[in-house]
Amino acid sequence: MEFTEKARIMDDARINRALARLASEIVEENHGLTDLVLVGIRRRGVPLANRIADKIEDLEGTRPPVGILDITLYRDDLSTVGAKPIVSGTELPGDIENRTIVLVDDVLYTGRTVRAALDQLIDFGRPRRVQLAVLVDRGNEHRELPIQADYIGKHVPTKKSEIIKVMLTDFDEDEGVLIVERPAAEAAA
Amino acid sequence: MKHLLGIRELSAEQITHLLDTAESFRDISKREIKKVPALRGRTVINLFFEASTRTRTSFEIAAKRLSADAINISVSTSSVSKGETLLDTARNLQAMSPDCIVIRHASAGAPYHLTRVCDAAIVNAGDGSHEHPTQALLDALTIREHKNGIEGLKVAIIGDILHSRVARSNVYLLSKLGATVSVAGPGTLVPREFAELIEQGVRVEQRIEDAVADADVVMVLRIQRERQTDAFFPSMREYAVHYGLHPNHLSLAAPDAIVMHPGPMNRGIEVSSEIADGGRSLILDQVTNGVAVRMAVLYLLAGSEHAELPSVHPGEDDLESRAAGGVRGRTRHQTRGTRN
Repeated sequence: MEFTEKARIMDDARINRALARLASEIVEENHGLTDLVLVGIRRRGVPLANRIADKIEDLEGTRPPVGILDITLYRDDLSTVGAKPIVSGTELPGDIENRTIVLVDDVLYTGRTVRAALDQLIDFGRPRRVQLAVLVDRGNEHRELPIQADYIGKHVPTKKSEIIKVMLTDFDEDEGVLIVERPAAEAAA
Repeated sequence: MKHLLGIRELSAEQITHLLDTAESFRDISKREIKKVPALRGRTVINLFFEASTRTRTSFEIAAKRLSADAINISVSTSSVSKGETLLDTARNLQAMSPDCIVIRHASAGAPYHLTRVCDAAIVNAGDGSHEHPTQALLDALTIREHKNGIEGLKVAIIGDILHSRVARSNVYLLSKLGATVSVAGPGTLVPREFAELIEQGVRVEQRIEDAVADADVVMVLRIQRERQTDAFFPSMREYAVHYGLHPNHLSLAAPDAIVMHPGPMNRGIEVSSEIADGGRSLILDQVTNGVAVRMAVLYLLAGSEHAELPSVHPGEDDLESRAAGGVRGRTRHQTRGTRN
């Protein structure tokens, strides 16, 4: 599948600055770190959650616990995915009852990933509050569910035919955020 | 992969993917809420023509933990007892649109027969003396958990090899994943000319001591009296003396060898209680892993329409686009016909 690169909207320095700002907003909004847990949504939400936790540690001297959510089993489109869906497992750092959870993902688009993450989180306990932090928000016009982010690295209005491609050195050779065009056949489907 | 008919048809890569998936499902059974919505709205029929507690319950729990609707049909309560053929039973079940049929049958090839008349994914839960793929997978998951891998291990399988679908599936699986397998039992139950196993690189031993020597894993099989129409050995007592697993046998194995048994056990015959209840026994771990393996099998077969792994676009939260990959038609796996 061929994708056409249209624009590079963030480089590694801008990602780093955006994450530093998110860390500071999270601390400010929650008046410190009491009962705060960061939970990254696999895959790219996980390194982002860890990087935000590092920056919070730089600010506050304490690193909040970081968990991992794999939402594969909570997706609402299982019949359309491939025959070998990869389930990587969920790891939460202890009890989430009555704690403030900050869900972290790379891109917010339709909101269905976040819906699945919320469903899964509730199966593990009843957090006092759940907030959402994303590196890129593609805008409300694409939302299919009433979900919005509390902390946004960058707001990027896009067309449906476009894809936001986040590259992190944890998984990719390069680091940055690109807007790429879907292949024509797929966009028409 | 649309059906799971046997291990023989699977590649090492497919087996490893099933085991990796099962590993992540193991955690779900440890949660307070032991249920995920992955197969919500799907129907799984457990069609058991042979008596079974462990396997049927394990499949039922697996289906329910994935939020599927599980329906159990046993032969004593089905129309088979009124003379209906397997084919007619299958056609009637198909008319009710199940997503998956799990079948256990005394005849080898019965699950394959079902694939010809049913659109549902068919899972072989044991067909005669042919195969029992989910048992081999749960055994492999248990071995992997305790030995950190399968490649290079020496595995001894002891007992009634001739009638054992568990042995056959395990031989295929363990050989494909790089283990060395030795089998041992009375000559009548492990004939030297058991070419099918020898083709897989299996060593056929007459003495239990030769198979167990330096083994990392010792698998004991149940004496299947219900399948033995001839006298294969003089008496149970004699079998217990010569082929039952005793502590003196285990002392020949590797110091950290583990002991497995697919159950149900004939205590004091194929395995002594001292071993069955001892620290090396993983018999209950096998049962626990059975649920995880069956969850993985149902999830991968009943949960998905397409046969190609989608490419994951980095940085995209859209589930549709995460799923958008090349879409091929379903692949039907072929298996050999009836052995009996």
